[in-house]
Amino acid sequence: MKFTKTLLAGSAAIALSTSAFATDLEVTHWWTSGGEAAAVGEFAKAFDATGNKWVDGAIAGSGGTARPIMISRITGGDPMGATQFNHGRQAEELVEAGLMKDLTAVAEAGKWKDVINEIGLLDSCTIDGKIYCAPVNIHSWQWLWLSNKAFADAGVAVPANWNELVAAAPKLREKGMVPLAVGGQPWQTTGVFNVLMSGLGGKDLYLKVYDAKDAEVAGGADVAKIFSALNDAREMSRGSNVQDWNQATNMVITGKAGGQIMGDWAQGEFQIAEQVAGTDYSCLPGLGVNELLSTNGDAFYFPKVDNAEISAAQDKLAEVLFAPTTQVAFNLKKGSLPIRKDVDLAAANDCMKKGLAILAKGGLVKSTDQLISPDTATQIDDLMTQFFSDESITPEDAQKRFAGIIKSAD
Amino acid sequence: MSAQARPSQLFKNLNAKIASIPMILTALVVFVGGTFWTILYSFTDSKLLPRLRFVGLDQYERLWSAPRWLTSIENLLIYGILSLIFSLVIGFLLAALLDQKIRFEDTFRTIFLYPFALSFIVTGLVWQWILNPDFGVQKVVRSLGFDSFVFDPLYNSDIVIYGILIAGLWQGTGLIMCLMLAGLRGIDEDIWKAARVDGIPMWKTYLFIVIPMMRPVFITTLVIIASGIVKLYDLVVAQTGGGPGIASEVPAKYVYDFMFRAQNLGQGFAGSTMMLLSVAIVIIPWAYLEFGGKKRV
Repeated sequence: MKFTKTLLAGSAAIALSTSAFATDLEVTHWWTSGGEAAAVGEFAKAFDATGNKWVDGAIAGSGGTARPIMISRITGGDPMGATQFNHGRQAEELVEAGLMKDLTAVAEAGKWKDVINEIGLLDSCTIDGKIYCAPVNIHSWQWLWLSNKAFADAGVAVPANWNELVAAAPKLREKGMVPLAVGGQPWQTTGVFNVLMSGLGGKDLYLKVYDAKDAEVAGGADVAKIFSALNDAREMSRGSNVQDWNQATNMVITGKAGGQIMGDWAQGEFQIAEQVAGTDYSCLPGLGVNELLSTNGDAFYFPKVDNAEISAAQDKLAEVLFAPTTQVAFNLKKGSLPIRKDVDLAAANDCMKKGLAILAKGGLVKSTDQLISPDTATQIDDLMTQFFSDESITPEDAQKRFAGIIKSAD
Repeated sequence: MSAQARPSQLFKNLNAKIASIPMILTALVVFVGGTFWTILYSFTDSKLLPRLRFVGLDQYERLWSAPRWLTSIENLLIYGILSLIFSLVIGFLLAALLDQKIRFEDTFRTIFLYPFALSFIVTGLVWQWILNPDFGVQKVVRSLGFDSFVFDPLYNSDIVIYGILIAGLWQGTGLIMCLMLAGLRGIDEDIWKAARVDGIPMWKTYLFIVIPMMRPVFITTLVIIASGIVKLYDLVVAQTGGGPGIASEVPAKYVYDFMFRAQNLGQGFAGSTMMLLSVAIVIIPWAYLEFGGKKRV
């Protein structure tokens, strides 16, 4: 009996002493690859410097695996201190259900509205005039990566836009190369489609389809052109036979494939392979046609908790994530663009500089993550992956189904 | 008369009744309650969080017009029928062969049952490698000199489901064999002797005497196989991820993806209700045969 009492007193004392020392904040995210882990380490370092403690809760297996776990923890009453989501509509309902903490005070103190690169990023965090998340970076999908070696081997000039790539495709085929590497996972095929939509169709068309959700436009002649380009892409991608995006990128790096449509995170792969932008590989933002970049990216959300200490630590973390020094350190390692316009990324490489220039010109458009619900996105994923794997589906059939999805989209 | 006349039926075996209350509650609240809750919410437009806003049969209409759901059902039918037939036939044949009082029976039994000790995830990954054209069977046969040999079921939309079937059978037949063997051992030795005295050939004895006597074993086996078919999920996830395209999707994966990835609970519930219906179609006739028949006693 006495022993138990001592034990209880002892453990209480230990618990008290640690909580007085610093507040532990568990942060869940799905950044587990080498470069990503290094980038998130910058956040942890900056947060620890404030006297609190970052408890890393990385969940392996990409967003599709991690999000259900995060959501069930929040709805199940065991919330973490903070969690990553892609900014956009993934956490919309959690906010509406009152499970997320209001960050408006922090945002106003930090003048987020004045320094943010694209106000749409903050709009996605805003519901009923209150800000619920802290965006941390901008990733864009609209990049065509080209292997200079592949085109030299085939004896054609490196294309300067999508149409030149399509024209050069037969030459690449003759040499046994795959003109356009596309990985087999559904999100990659959808990505190709959306990039064609914004790159070839332009901002207006993209927004009419995904923002206004106009089914007539989606079934109309302009989108028909996109589907015929998608047919070209399917033709050019035959023989890819890889699943993961980085395997497809590797085909471009080794010169087995002419190009790949993939977001700016592909850049990390070229860097690791010690390739130099401009000499070993080329990048064409917006397929070299419409220089538009979408604002895909990540944001942190803070579940509401009944504990003043944790709540204060959450505010602190939101402030740290948005701070200029953390933004620079994080984005250089992540290969993404910063969300603040008042920071200087002098160390950026050629391709990143192209991106920054487009950013400065205001060539940004909301990402599909922000515009359509995950439900609609899944339906489009299903359609696109089926289109790419089954040659018997004509572009016309696919467009008809696409228009149907847009009609019922939310 | 009065108080001591007859103890109420309700208080008979009181201890046993109290002891079984937790299980009764679990069954009622978790299983039955959960089932009705799911069915109820399948008529709503619940997204990430359940909410009671009824939309009638909209979710079911969408479900039955989704190409992916239709492919899933078709795959489940092909996988289900073939896996039922092949597991029963192969399982019974293996059991009959083992029953011939052969040497090293224990060793063989262990070998055949061994795959069952592996999870579906491991099975799926192993067969993914074996069926991979660049590393597996195709490569081996080609390196033997047959240069035009093609065997890549996992990369061909038309036959991918058979690639999964092979892995499923490899994993599951061992268990069926063991159940059958147990059934065969339950047959009285005298029946064999009598059949032999009458000069009935062995295959006829199996087909017309032994198998009818093993009816209960067959029914149990059938239910085990059938429930394994309906919940097919992890094998597909590990082996093909539903690909190429949507060619190897199955209903359980559809339900999971829509509930947790697409954040559309209503659609997922509609799918799982349809799955429940298919299980009911299997279970109800079985229950009728098993329990309905015994009333004559």
